[in-house]
Order: sequence, then structure tokens, then C-alpha cells
Amino acid sequence: MHRVEVYLKSHLPDARGQGLVRDINDLGITTVSDVRVLDIYWLDAALRPDELDMLCQQLLADPVTQEYHCDTEFKSQDKTDPGLYSVEVAYNAGVTDPVEDSITKAVLDLGIKDVRAVKTAKRYLIRGELSKNELEVISSSLLVNPIIQHVVEHEVVAFPESPRYHFKLREIDLLGAEGAKLSEIAHQFSFTKDELEAIAAYFKKQERNPTDAELETLAQTWSEHCVHKTFRAKIHSGDTVIDNLLKNTVMRATEELNKPWCLSVFEDNAGVIDFDGRWALCFKVETHNHPSAVEPYGGAATGIGGVVRDIMGTGLSAKPILATDVFCLGPPDLPYDRLPPGVLHPRRIFKGVRAGVADYGNRLGIPTLNGAILFDERYTANPLVYCGSVGLIPKSLSRMGQQKPGDLVVLVGGRTGRDGIHGVTFASEQLTQESTAVSYTSVQIGNPIVEKRLIDALLKARDRRLFTRITDCGGGGLSSAVGEMAAETGVRVYLDRVPLKYAGLSYTEIWLSESQERMVLAVPAECSEELLALFASEGSEATVIGEFTDKRRLKLFYQENLAADLSMEFLHRGRPQLELKATWQKPQHAEPDSAQPPDLAEALLKILGSWNVCSKEWVIRQYDHEVQGSSVLKPLVGRDNDGPGDAAILRPILDSKMGIIVSNGINPKYGDIDPYWMAASAIDEALRQIIAVGGNLKRVALLDNFSWGNTNRPHNLGALVRAAQACHDMAIVYETPFISGKDSLNNEFEFEGKTISIPHTLLISAISVMEDTSRAVSMDLKQAGDLIYIVGTTQNELGGSEYFRNLGFVGSRVPKVKPHQAKKLMDRLSLATEQGLVRACHDLSEGGIGVAIAEMAFAGRLGAAVSLKDVPLGEPIDRDDLVLFSESNSRFLVEVAPDDKAEFERILAKTSFACIGRATSSGILEIYGTREKKVASISVAKLKEAWQRPIRW
Amino acid sequence: MSKVRTLILRAPGTNCDVETAFAFEQAGAVASLVHISQLISNAKQLKDYQIMVIPGGFTYGDDLGAGKVLANEIRLKLGQDIERFTENGGLILGICNGFQVLVKTGILPGILPTSKPPLTLTTNDSGRFECRWVSLGVNRESRCVFTRGIERLYLPVAHGEGKVVADPEVLPKLDVALYYTDEQGDKASYPYNPNGSVENIAGICDASGRIFALMPHPERFIRGSQHPRWQSEDTKEWGDGFRIFTNAVKWAQGL
Repeated sequence: MHRVEVYLKSHLPDARGQGLVRDINDLGITTVSDVRVLDIYWLDAALRPDELDMLCQQLLADPVTQEYHCDTEFKSQDKTDPGLYSVEVAYNAGVTDPVEDSITKAVLDLGIKDVRAVKTAKRYLIRGELSKNELEVISSSLLVNPIIQHVVEHEVVAFPESPRYHFKLREIDLLGAEGAKLSEIAHQFSFTKDELEAIAAYFKKQERNPTDAELETLAQTWSEHCVHKTFRAKIHSGDTVIDNLLKNTVMRATEELNKPWCLSVFEDNAGVIDFDGRWALCFKVETHNHPSAVEPYGGAATGIGGVVRDIMGTGLSAKPILATDVFCLGPPDLPYDRLPPGVLHPRRIFKGVRAGVADYGNRLGIPTLNGAILFDERYTANPLVYCGSVGLIPKSLSRMGQQKPGDLVVLVGGRTGRDGIHGVTFASEQLTQESTAVSYTSVQIGNPIVEKRLIDALLKARDRRLFTRITDCGGGGLSSAVGEMAAETGVRVYLDRVPLKYAGLSYTEIWLSESQERMVLAVPAECSEELLALFASEGSEATVIGEFTDKRRLKLFYQENLAADLSMEFLHRGRPQLELKATWQKPQHAEPDSAQPPDLAEALLKILGSWNVCSKEWVIRQYDHEVQGSSVLKPLVGRDNDGPGDAAILRPILDSKMGIIVSNGINPKYGDIDPYWMAASAIDEALRQIIAVGGNLKRVALLDNFSWGNTNRPHNLGALVRAAQACHDMAIVYETPFISGKDSLNNEFEFEGKTISIPHTLLISAISVMEDTSRAVSMDLKQAGDLIYIVGTTQNELGGSEYFRNLGFVGSRVPKVKPHQAKKLMDRLSLATEQGLVRACHDLSEGGIGVAIAEMAFAGRLGAAVSLKDVPLGEPIDRDDLVLFSESNSRFLVEVAPDDKAEFERILAKTSFACIGRATSSGILEIYGTREKKVASISVAKLKEAWQRPIRW
Repeated sequence: MSKVRTLILRAPGTNCDVETAFAFEQAGAVASLVHISQLISNAKQLKDYQIMVIPGGFTYGDDLGAGKVLANEIRLKLGQDIERFTENGGLILGICNGFQVLVKTGILPGILPTSKPPLTLTTNDSGRFECRWVSLGVNRESRCVFTRGIERLYLPVAHGEGKVVADPEVLPKLDVALYYTDEQGDKASYPYNPNGSVENIAGICDASGRIFALMPHPERFIRGSQHPRWQSEDTKEWGDGFRIFTNAVKWAQGL
């Protein structure tokens, strides 16, 4: 055993360590002056000194910047130095070290053959005056996550021999169970009473007890995560009964619209629409909430990894071309004494999920071009992490494949370990104080390079037509992937053939493991040799683990032993439908009682600097948004490349002018007043952004992602029903079908007898085809002297607005949507853009006119003078602050050159619009009230500073 | 005249190969994507090419330092073949991760015996991966054939380990072809110099001028609409990065 410690030469600054100094400062500990981060390598080997030196010089240490120690007494220094503290952090046993593969490979390249295993660790040398307690706070808040890591106390990392596994069939005595024993089984597998009764009846007929693998398969297949049983439940709402909410709302809209360009909806791993007749686009957004709550970095990384595999698992495999991510988090400045026990601080979750998405997405080479970040204290214990991806696929391969009996089951990609076992049932359950302590097997780190190799190999295999069907191994692992694929045929799987990360896994663990970066292919026997060779040449593993049959049974074997034998009919159609009750009552929220302040500049600065509105540049810059060379409208736009773009546009085919627009809408604060209008607003917002950047509504498809509290509570379910109904109603009028969706329920946290539920949260993601990307419009003001128009009607709608939130109120007048009017208006505005009459356009959302004009001005490094007097109102509003900060939907600010005035107004005629001011070269934003009195005059630089300051980390 | 052939080297984690190939094709070359395992098993194929490119990405996850594992693999398994390739006049271009790889193999700067590499690329001063557009100045004294006739460039960078660190005695010997500047073309600090690179170094070449590597991504700006402000500024049909590729292809046509 060797221990190598690599450290930066003392005269060089340690950028990682300086980041930690800042983080420690954020904790309120200001006595730390320096942190150095050292890399530790444990090698399970007995090397000659010259071999070890060669390894260090040529591989582990950079000769220009680093030095190293091997196997020597090196800690003497810190023991004698009273101002220096050392914390060494290693991965827990069973956590796959993400660096191990690369080191093992590189060591072999050097010609050193006898290194049996490698582990890495980090040592932090912290300089400063610290109490024992402060050191403990630093360690637990920043350096160690006990879910995956521990502090090394005794300087030796063990490489334990994994015990061999000997097959032993486990049966569960279901037929003999009664009363408490039955409840215990139900609880263990997360079955409802009805479900367990159906299972008992099935096995009674079989005259035998189920094996553990059979019950686990049923538990995974019937879980909320896999089958969306709440959305498919029979819901009693007042006098009406909704038999399957999904079919009656979201999916019904798609059916009614019946767009010929919808190629594959609600059946595959992603929805698919036609792009240009030759290519098709797949789009999917998923949540990875619970894992991100307990291990933000790994949870978010595997979130992006998972949704990218959804894209690769659509049709006969698409190429991922865009990533999008949306986070809902607790406020970064949450006082520590308000943090529930066992919960990570929002700032740490924020930094962790950001890093997870960036490290994984960047390494895959997928541009992260779109996203959003929202804050609300109710997300503190239940952060939401939405990860989405768009894929490009030849249209002829865009439908789900179909295997034939006799085709082989081939597992490709990463190896299988104990990672994530029971992740699906974990994802569907409520978090508690103890979750963070018990859920360690549900979290893993993920290895993006394994996934990148998989992408490279799969796309080649696809183009050679070497497989007939593909799906990803996500929640539920092989049990869900293979079980679903074989639903119409049947399958035999030999679990002992699955390649493992380490020995000792039981057949059930292999079957359920949620190890990342794995996918399942159906491969015709005559193609298998070529496929296996192709994967080998790309350095990606591929293994035949079974074959599809025509018996419609799921049969699992370990060596020669039968471990499961289930009828596909029962597995996929035997689940009794859930029956639930829904009620909904409009909650009452008071209106603010304060008078209008005479000067609105302060209010505007405050809104610009609020967590929800402020610049997210710190996050966006750390995502690679230029890789693949496809971006046309970037997430950061304007004179200094730092203004907030409304939506992303990319050209996925490098020599074609056609583009894709991706946007999102999310307004949980409106859901506190009425989830119907929250959903309608989210759809309107996503569509507004498409229009704002120069798109149109001719070909727009939507995704829904519902994150909710516990829907067994009738009022939560009632809210869900209302939101789903709005999805239907709006989609019909806008003619924007839903093509896929997802839900994450039970986002609640219990502590000290209280239950904290997240706000009802619906993320709408939109994708649109743009015929000509040269018509793209950015939001920054372009030219002093240009006219500024408002398009759309302003109402007294500040319920749930940022302005009210800053005043400490929710309010009751939630922004509504008039979709017929809105569609007409959007169509006219699209026409104006298509004719080149729009120089800049920004959609109005949080903070209304005030925030939008400020952002347009500072992004364009120009001033502006606008008057609220001519703003078209839908009802009398006698206060300037309400006009300026109203969040009414379906509104835009548009910059038009004076020469184009007449033509622009001609096209917009019969819609609601008005010219309200001009762009100026003054560098000042001047706002005049309805009585022509100046209500704000403030330098654009100051506005920008207020907007950029909060997250300048 | 037969077309110039470009080998774009792929390894696990390479992710800018497709757009780099596209850039060379737009510049009139034929580009082939070749996996490192394929090249090692048949290194002779190198002689069919005039240009070899190591594109951007995170090869082997950038574990152990950016580009380190691939650099070792190339040095140990293809070192002589690459030496022969360059002796025969071949061009080598490294972009981003390719720069890191070329430096860590010792192929760049190539001014000292490779036993002790004189410079390296390390973590940005900001401690962060950053994606941003940067202004670049071109050193007119440089022997670099890729940057001939170019005065200034505006290109995106996207990296976490782009800071050039060098022994002081090595610096005067380096052929710095590209350096970070502010918008006016003067040397300036962060964010203009996005990583804290010594002397604002953004790209270097070897003594022959035919081996060139840079941190910015020329392949991400080959047409005007890739410019971040093409809606507001007069941008040309071709992006700044395109000339790097046409220069390379033109030179290789003379081989």
C-alpha cells in the first residue's frame, strides 16, 4: 500500500483553496486566512521506489506547479504548527471513486502492471484561528458530505476484499401473512393496501409465494415514479369523477389538436416533433429532487446524466444537442437558525447542484443554453432540480423501436454496483430528518466520461442499424428498463452475466441497481458480434445478458436458478387503479396596505436585486454554452454579453439556417393564489419568450413537469387538478400540444411535528422550430432615439408579484391569461419580427415594465425615457407603482426604429399596444407616471450593479 | 490538386470534434474523425494526413489534470510517430484540451528536452470553469503559420484550466502567437485575461511555426451568426476563427 500526497508549490496561489476561504467567510467564520487543497492517492500495490517516483513525476504530479510526498512522514509540519488544521476526506466504502478508472488506465499506459486498486482523497490545510467547534462547522458544512464521504481519522484507507456472493433464493411469505405482517410487507415495498391484495391474489392463483425479486419488480414498476399512478388515478372532485387526470387534460389537448408534426407523444422516453422533414427533435425534462436534497452535486449530475440517456433512449437513439436546467431552492441568505435539522443549507445546495450540472453537462459536450433559478424558503428542505435535454434524430428513426423474439438483451455502458438501490421508491416518498442518514444507497456520483463513450458508441451503432430498440436504465434499473421493453414479448435475463463494479451483489441487487450510465439494447443475433466489437473499439462495455422471447413472461435467472417468473400481463396491467379525493378552495391573502412611495427608484432597485430577478451570470458562465458551435442567441446577451436573454436559439445542423428555440415558464408564487392561473401563466411565459426572440407559434410543443406536495391531501390534489385543467385549456387555444411530461409528488418535509410542503410548482418547457435564425432578436436596446413600445394589456394584477413580496404580501389578484387575445397579439408581433421591424424585444415577467425596461437599457448600455401615461390598461389603475410592477401576462416591450414606426403600427393594429418612450444616450432610466410626473430617474449603471451584486460569488 | 486531409483525434471525453471537422471542411479540407485506439493500432495512417488536430473536450475526464492522461498515452504510444509526422512537414493544432495535451506531452513548446516540461496549464485564477468571449492580439513576430495575416481575433473560451504557468527562464524563449487583450487591443487583467495566464498567453507555437495550440475555440466562430452580438453589430459572413483553418489548409496545400 502506498500513499501519495500531491500539493501545489508553496509560491503558487491555490484557486480551489481561495474559493473555500470565501465559503468559510459565508459561514460567518472570518479568521481563516488561507486554505490549501492537497490530493491524496492510495495505491493498492507494492512498487519499487523508482517505479513509484516515475508514477508521481509522470502522472500524479504536475512538474511545473506541484510537488509530492510518497509514504513519508509528512504531517509533522502541521502537528507542530498551532495555526494550521488538517482535515482529510475520503469516499465511503461502496462509493465509486470517479477518478479510479482514469488512474488505472494511465498507470497501465506507463507500463506498471501491479496496481490492484486506487482510491483518492483530499486533504485540506486550513490556516487561521479556529475553535474545535468552528473546525467542525467548516468540515460538516463544506468539506464532508456524510452520504458519500468521511473524515479520515487514522491515515489508512482500506481496500477490503469484496465477499463473494452465493446464490440463495429469498421468498417472502405473502400467502401466510396476515394483519401486522401484511402491513409490514406493504410498507417495506411501498405498496398500497389494494396493490398488495392484488399481488396476494395473483400468487395465490400461482399456488406459491413471491420471491423478493418478484415483489421488488412489482414495487418498481408500480411506483409513482414509473407509472404516475396519481395522474392516472380515479379522482373524486366534488360531484365529478376524473378517470385518469393525465388522459383528460394534458394528453387530451394533444389528441384534440392532432398536429401532423407531432411524431411521438407520451409513449417514448421523450416527446418527438418534426424539425425539417428529414430530422426530428426529441425533448424531455426530468426532476432529480430527492437525490439533490441529500447530495446536491451527485444528485444534479446524475439528473443531467439521466435525462441525456432519455434522449439517447428515444426512437432509435438521438444525439443530445442542448441541456436546460431549472433549480428551485431556499434563499441563499437563510439564517442558519432557520435551517431544519438534517437539511443542507440552500447556499450549499445551490453551489452543489450548479457544479453537478456543469461538471457533467460540460464533460458530455452538451451546451447548457437555457434555465431558470427560483428561490422560496419552502424549497429549503425539498429543493427542485429539473434537468432537460433536446436531441436530434433522423426522422425515419424517431419512433420507438420494436424487438423480435430471439433478439438479444444487451446491457451497454457502465458497470453495476449497489448505487441507487431503491432510488425510485425513495424518489416517491416524503423526506424526513432521517432521510439524509438512511438514504445513502440512493445517491451516487456519476461518471460523465463513461456516458460520453456510450453516446459516441451508440450513435455509430445506430447509424449501422445494429439494434432494434433501446431504452435507458434509469429509476428501477434493469427491472424497469427490461420489464418495460419486454412488456409485449417476454424476456429471459441471466443476472450473473451482468458486469459488476465489485463482487458480492445478490441477484436482486443486480436487478434493482440504479448505477448510472447504463442502457439496454435489443440486438438481433446476427448483429451482436459487430455491435460488441464496435463498443469495444470506443472503450465502452457491452454485454449480452439475455434474450427476448414470445412467452410474455419475465424470467430471471442467476446461474441456473430461476429467481423470478412473472406474467407480463399482471406486471403491466394488474395494478389496481388508485382512488383519490380532490378539493380546492381559493385561499385568502391580504392586499398590501401601504401607500405608493413618491419615488419608485428604490422599489425598482430592490426588485432587481431580489434573488428571483437578479443576474444568474455566475451560474451561466460556468456552463459551456458554446460547445457544438450551434448557439445563435446565447443565454447572456447585449453590449457586454451579460444581459438576460429571453430564450435560447440554436442551429443544430451547422450548414442549415433553421433553428430551435427553447424556453421555460415557471411561477410557483402565483400557485399560492390559484394553481389554474399559475399553470396558465407558466405556459404564457414560455410562449412569450419564444415570441420575444423572434419565433412564432406555428410549431411549438410543450412539456409539463409537476412538482407537488403530498397529493393524498385532497387540497393538494385539488390544486393539481386545477393546474392540469389549465394546461389543457391553454394548449388548445395556443395550439401548442404537450408531447411529454413528468411529475414528482410528495415533496414534503417533516420535522418537529410540522409538515413543510413546497409551493405547487409547474415547470413548462417549450420547444419551437424557427424557419430562419437570421430573424433572431435579442433583448438589449440597440440605438438611442429608437421608439419603445409596450405590446399587451396591463391589469391590476400583482398577486404573487415580486413587488408585493418585497412589501411582505402575497395579494389576491393573480395574473390571468386571455389566451385568444394573447395568441392574436403574439401572431401579429411575430409577423412584425419576421419583417425585420423589431430591433429588440423583451417579455414582461417578474417586476413587470420596471424590470424589463431596466434590463433592456443596461444590457444595451443605453438610457431610456418612458411614460406610464399611455400604457394600455384593461381596467382603471390609479397608482404608478401598480402599473410599473404589474405582472400581467402576454406583454412585451419592443424597440422599433423611427423609420419603421408606421409599418410596425400597421401590423400591430387591432391589438393592444402603445409607444411609451424612447431609447436615449443619457445612461439614465427616466420613468414618468400616469400624471406625467417623474417617478424614477436612476443611472443605468446603478440599476445594473443592483442586479449583478447579489450572486457575484 | 487533391484535397488537404485532416485527422481529428478523438479520445474518451473529446467533445469538440464535430464542429472542428466542420470548420476544416468549410476551409476546403477533408476531415476524418479518428479514435485514439484506432490510431494506436495503426499509426502508419498518420502519413495519409497533412494536418492533425487535438480538439477540445475533457479527455478521460481531465482526471489528474486537464489532458494529462491522454498526453501520457500519446507520449508513450505515439511519440515517435508524431515526431515523424512533424519532421515530414505535418501541421498540428491543439484547441483547448488539445493545448493542454500538447503541453503535457512536451510536444509544445518543444524547445527543451521533454524530460522536464518547461510550462504547464493549470486552474484558472478564478477557480472556476468559465465560458466567455475574449479579445486576442496576434504576435506579428511569431512564426506561427496558423495566425499569418491576422491582427486581432474575438473568440470564446470555455475552460477551467487555462492558466499558463512557466519557469521564468523559459518565458523569453516561448513563441507566443496569441495573447489576451481588452477591447482596445491592450493587455489587461481579468476578465479580459480569463484565467490569469502569465503574460496573457492564449496560444503558443513551436520553433517551426507548424505546431500551434490555443485555449480559445476558433471552431466556435467560423460564421458571423456565432458572434454574440450579430444582431446589433455589423458582422461579416465568416467569423474570426475561420482564418485559422483556412491558413492551415492553405499552408498544407503547399506540402
